[in-house]
Amino acid sequence: MTTQVADVEHGHENGHGPATGITRWLFTTNHKDIGTMYLIFSLVMLFIGGSMAFVIRAELFQPGLQLVEPAFFNQMITMHGLIMVFGAVMPAFVGLANWMIPMMIGAPDMALPRLNNLSFWILPFAFTMMMSTLFMDGGGPNFGWTFYAPLSTTYAPPSTTFFILAIHMMGASSIMGAINVVVTIVNMRAPGMTYMKMPMFCWTWLITAFLLIAVMPVLAGVVTMMLMDIHFGTSFFDAGGGGDPVLFQHVFWFFGHPEVYIMILPSFGVVSEVIPTFARKKLFGYHSMVYAIVAIAVLSFVVWAHHMFTVGMPLAGEIFFMYTTMLIAVPTGVKIFNWVSTMFRGSMTFETPMLYAIAFVILFTIGGLSGIMLALAPVDFVYHDTYFVVAHFHYVLVPGAIFGIFAAVYYWLPKWSGKMYDESLAKFHFWVSFIGLNLTFFPMHFVGLAGMPRRIPDYPLQFADFNMIVSIGAFMFGTSQLIFVYVLIKTLRSGEKAPQRPWEGAEGLEWTVPSPAPYHTFATPPKVD
Amino acid sequence: MLQNVRILSVLFALFPAIAWSEWEVNMTRGVTDTSAAVFDLHMIVFYICVAISVVVFGVMFWSIYHHRKSKGAESHPFHESTSIEILWTIVPTIILIIILVPATKTLVESYDTSESDMDIQVTGYQWKWRYKYIGQDVDFFSVMTTPSDEIYNKADKNPNYLLEVDNPLVVPINKKIRFLFTSNDVIHAWWVPALALKKDAIPGFINESFTKINKPGIYRGQCAELCGKDHGFMPIVIKAVPEEEYIAWLDERKSLKEKEASASQKDWTMEELMAKGEQVYNKSCSACHQPTGVGLPPVFPALKGSAIALGPMDDHLDIVFNGKSGTGMSGFGEQLSAVDLAAVVTYERNAWGNNVGDILLPADVEKMKGGK
Repeated sequence: MTTQVADVEHGHENGHGPATGITRWLFTTNHKDIGTMYLIFSLVMLFIGGSMAFVIRAELFQPGLQLVEPAFFNQMITMHGLIMVFGAVMPAFVGLANWMIPMMIGAPDMALPRLNNLSFWILPFAFTMMMSTLFMDGGGPNFGWTFYAPLSTTYAPPSTTFFILAIHMMGASSIMGAINVVVTIVNMRAPGMTYMKMPMFCWTWLITAFLLIAVMPVLAGVVTMMLMDIHFGTSFFDAGGGGDPVLFQHVFWFFGHPEVYIMILPSFGVVSEVIPTFARKKLFGYHSMVYAIVAIAVLSFVVWAHHMFTVGMPLAGEIFFMYTTMLIAVPTGVKIFNWVSTMFRGSMTFETPMLYAIAFVILFTIGGLSGIMLALAPVDFVYHDTYFVVAHFHYVLVPGAIFGIFAAVYYWLPKWSGKMYDESLAKFHFWVSFIGLNLTFFPMHFVGLAGMPRRIPDYPLQFADFNMIVSIGAFMFGTSQLIFVYVLIKTLRSGEKAPQRPWEGAEGLEWTVPSPAPYHTFATPPKVD
Repeated sequence: MLQNVRILSVLFALFPAIAWSEWEVNMTRGVTDTSAAVFDLHMIVFYICVAISVVVFGVMFWSIYHHRKSKGAESHPFHESTSIEILWTIVPTIILIIILVPATKTLVESYDTSESDMDIQVTGYQWKWRYKYIGQDVDFFSVMTTPSDEIYNKADKNPNYLLEVDNPLVVPINKKIRFLFTSNDVIHAWWVPALALKKDAIPGFINESFTKINKPGIYRGQCAELCGKDHGFMPIVIKAVPEEEYIAWLDERKSLKEKEASASQKDWTMEELMAKGEQVYNKSCSACHQPTGVGLPPVFPALKGSAIALGPMDDHLDIVFNGKSGTGMSGFGEQLSAVDLAAVVTYERNAWGNNVGDILLPADVEKMKGGK
């Protein structure tokens, strides 16, 4: 994909730079500014959610109750999940989309810039409201991030209404962001950039955006039903009035399963950019990669009840959801084989983004394999709601989603800031994170199989050793993210100047503009051959 | 290194609990045919997953080692091969089918709904289990007995810490048992690893599961679905015994019930009721209303100085007996004996500075129980 260098330096900007002061950020419609705000917001949320994980792991460091009461512990696990999913991972991906999609497809900005501003600025308010519930009478949400009824309706604390409103706001923000991505990609690709020439990151985000538009309204629906049950006397989830608590789970997971792909597909895209760059070789099987993403997205709508194998479904239901879930392994396998083949007979170097991408492939594969085990309904009767599940989904989300984000940040930071990060410090961040992460989540497989249920503030004695190791790993992993912040600050303050294309093997339109990327890029569309 | 050892030994000295730890890393094979089948399936899939990762990671690490730029590797520009892509779509599909055959078989077997030898209804309550032996007139609650001193680290933890109850579920071996699961409040999940049995207990609905235990013994489990504050503190203990022993236990249970009935006819004094009431309160009420009666408002109201505890006796008994719908307060009328109810109401009216001064007699509660 060769291109002509866009002539951004030649006066197409009309001297129209950023405003100054706080209004630049409040009123901005610039995709780069909004992308930056999303990424910073996500980093702040990562630390808030992470400090809640610290509370959880400190309490579980040894048996007995030491630091917090069970009621508060439940609020911590709930908030940790909600903040990490809706506050850290999803906004980080939207931030990356904002920064990169216009530059990768040769567009001057996102298609709907004012909507873009709105979708970001909803978030700080939504999360302030959600976190303020922790200080309300009766405490914040304490029913887990999956908020199963009737624990989240009849038996919930009064602050649940605020939680519902916050979820509505986050959903609205996500839908707006997703619409923006779809409209941008469909309408604003540079001349000559057909769909099948699009960078893989844009493809994964296009599919992600469709998933978001499809399922966020479902989440809005389910929280609205909760609101009705709590305040308006309906009985959607109350058998006493003709409802069904299991209905909640069906509706929730109809949102929830596509949601987990929303949190992983953009990482697939990032890794598909990073591995070819550092292997100095084109991505293997571009077409099958695209088909695999579409297949995963379609299948994600028909597997939701594998989260509910123990609710007492009929045999036919169990078999259906077991088979469809297993089917997802096929396209996912194709992707992993493609990444490995891209590395095969390449000419590899191992800069930090590549390290994160390789760790992603290895650890995501482990998470995927434990996913195959969980898909088997009869064995899931044992795995379900244990730490084995906790290990599984953290293996796909932390080294999956979050390592994907780290890979992206290190990969594109020179383009964003115009400066190179400190490679050895960044590698240090990688290795401490990598070791800490495995120390945290690998032993969880063992305690889960040995019989430790999830979401408990205290545990029987036979789980003591592994829990202590898990906690030590968690402290290590959490603390290592301070190194990340230090790397970022050091880069911005005193990083060496980055060239236009800092990575030897990098291809794509974003490397045809200077570093740092000017405030407006591709005011005149580039021509893609 | 030496320092690490020293830190570890300090840790071990600090936490005697660690001595009990077993470094258990795998699922139990269990004591039923189903659990053995589940275990075998688990191991088969595990080994298949290990084999897959050896192949995938093998190729990957081999490439990482040999095809690195620093070793002078040059990039080969191939990026497509229809035949190999078809191959690695078909081969995983075949592997999946191979896994699904035994999985489907085990699943179908666990859904064997043929006639059972006995039925037990299991009801989840926040935060205890109730076992009702259908057709046997045996019906009791099973509550965790781990003392709060152990939980709050004021006493050494016993080996069955958090896995001990007052009344275990006693069942005969070699009998097909049908469990009927439901709940009184939120969703719970009844889980005993040794039976490979986990089923949600859902309010307003009944789920069923079957088991046939092959080996006598005591098997322990926990609630597996987040069900509120004390989710971590509602264990399950099953005692599987030979049939004769089970029948003897049933008889004992029934005679216990008669003894309880006669106790309620006795004349109780204030002191006796207060002493008994404190025990009952700490077992059944203090999780929410707290040992000092101050509650955890606004979800769990205080009893100390509350309008109900200081108000008319009938209203007080009514709320304890029938519960309050739409809140976490379940009715204790069926959970507690007349003596326990009378004692706990008396206790709540006269403890922590609530000095109403009146007492409730078990005989009066018996009338209410009879009236229902």
